[in-house]
Amino acid sequence: MIRLWAWRAAAWSLGLLPLALGLKSILQGRLGANPVEFVEHFTGDWTLRLLLATLAMTPLRMLTGLTEPIRVRRILGLWTFAFLCLHFLTYLVFDLSFSMTQLAEDLVKRTYITLGFTAWLLLLALALTSTVGWQRRLKRRWITLHRLIYPAALLGAIHYLWLVKADTREPLIYLSILLVLLGFRLPWQRLMGRQRARASAKVDP
Amino acid sequence: MLIKVAHPFPIKPSEITPEVVHADRRRFLRQAGLATAGAALFGYGPAKSVGAEAELAPLNVARKSEMAGGETVTPYADITHYNNYYEFGTAKEDPSRNAGRLRTRPWSVVVDGECEAPGHIDIDDLLKPQALEERIYRHRCVEAWSMVAPWVGLPLADFLKRFRPTSKAKYVAFETLYDRQQMPETARGVLDWPYREGLRIDEAMHPLAFLSVGLYGRVLPNQDGAPLRLTLPWKYGFKSIKSIVRVRFMERQPEVTWNKMAPDEYGFYSNVNPAVDHPRWSQAQERRLGELFKRKTLMFNGYPEVASLYTGMDLRRFF
Ligand code: HEM
Repeated sequence: MIRLWAWRAAAWSLGLLPLALGLKSILQGRLGANPVEFVEHFTGDWTLRLLLATLAMTPLRMLTGLTEPIRVRRILGLWTFAFLCLHFLTYLVFDLSFSMTQLAEDLVKRTYITLGFTAWLLLLALALTSTVGWQRRLKRRWITLHRLIYPAALLGAIHYLWLVKADTREPLIYLSILLVLLGFRLPWQRLMGRQRARASAKVDP
Repeated sequence: MLIKVAHPFPIKPSEITPEVVHADRRRFLRQAGLATAGAALFGYGPAKSVGAEAELAPLNVARKSEMAGGETVTPYADITHYNNYYEFGTAKEDPSRNAGRLRTRPWSVVVDGECEAPGHIDIDDLLKPQALEERIYRHRCVEAWSMVAPWVGLPLADFLKRFRPTSKAKYVAFETLYDRQQMPETARGVLDWPYREGLRIDEAMHPLAFLSVGLYGRVLPNQDGAPLRLTLPWKYGFKSIKSIVRVRFMERQPEVTWNKMAPDEYGFYSNVNPAVDHPRWSQAQERRLGELFKRKTLMFNGYPEVASLYTGMDLRRFF
């Protein structure tokens, strides 16, 4: 029980950390010459980092055998979504001045916006159904539904890769970490097992 | 063609230098006030003071022209801390941190190719007899941000004519210094160094094309392209190549860095054009440094006097 509380506190701290860092930058007047860009990048970076942290919980459980990571997953997921909403809102307010026609135009013409927006829609569905009530109502389908975090994360990471001008190092680092985390989900044992079965079938006709 | 001087220069020379100090003072006050709150919360003091650029040597400016329609000039601190100069790193603050390694003296420029008087020219020999002028120009980056800067320098044509280009000189190519020691970030090969740019000869000879050696009445800070750089206000910023070491008159269109890197995204001409979008983002609007909301981008960045250079050209094709 104490261990679970410690995990919960850690998850909340991880969600609150970027808020504190952002506030610190504001208070110190360090948003630079282009504050809108600063906020857009800051919230985008932290959305991606928290998303990776959320996706790291299952591998963490597989590696340690602990169940706490799974029990704080929702906290991390909801913080991810909160930062994503700030990110989206910055774009809506300062880039588009809330113009819906311009949003429609960007969604059609700018692939990186299309990718990011699709990710937002998927994560919106997950945030709305994240409650225990929905978990009960959807039963097994809940698990299937929440696998949508995988394509959402891929879309988010590719969105980042798509928008940089020339220096792809950072987006590629994030994408690699994501692929490793997703790699844990592949049914390795079954795959290996089948190979072993096939190998032995050859030796032993 | 003569340059139309929109307004007499509105700022007295004595007010230029104080702006440098002024930017520092504003920043200091902002930091002092906010940092007290910040320190209380997080135990941090103010960020390190603004760099030593304020001590750069003042330049003698003979003539001043305001050529940005009277728009507010961007603060010195922003022009010098928000730079694209990939040789010193790809983040906007990197050049202000790393360009201190650049040695701008001695500095010479090699000029060759289709001209009658090729040779080396030392930056100081170039500057000593030269009457410098100041021009306030709008600057529009291909990334859809913009600023207004008071450059000090000379018309590019005045410089180029010294070398007597021949009738074969249809283009001019420029090259930035490439030195791994002074520019360690180039080891990463984000771009194909050295950085190269080019102009058609009539563009280069246009009265708006400017060769800058100073900013805000003082010698150029390294991160802004010291000791000499192009300033082409009707083109996207990356055409205004920094820290030039080589100029070559050519018969054929030269290869230029960004075009080579992504030909469908960055054309040879790269004139500011709100009607032709970058494949990945819109060019119809821009964010002026210091403003929160976007403003409309103007054709040729608001310099219609260059339009005659491109009559009969399909600017969608020759973007
Ligand atoms: C899971 C979803 C998303 C993730 C992980 C994400 C992440 C990021 C990241 C990492 C950056 C770059 C930050 C940097 O350069 O340091 C970024 C930039 C940006 N994102 Fe997102 N984003 C997401 C969704 C969205 C959505 C829904 C929109 C708007 C519809 C959006 C609009 C933007 C814009 C406008 C930029 C700035 C582009 C520029 O600098 O020109 N993003 N995002």
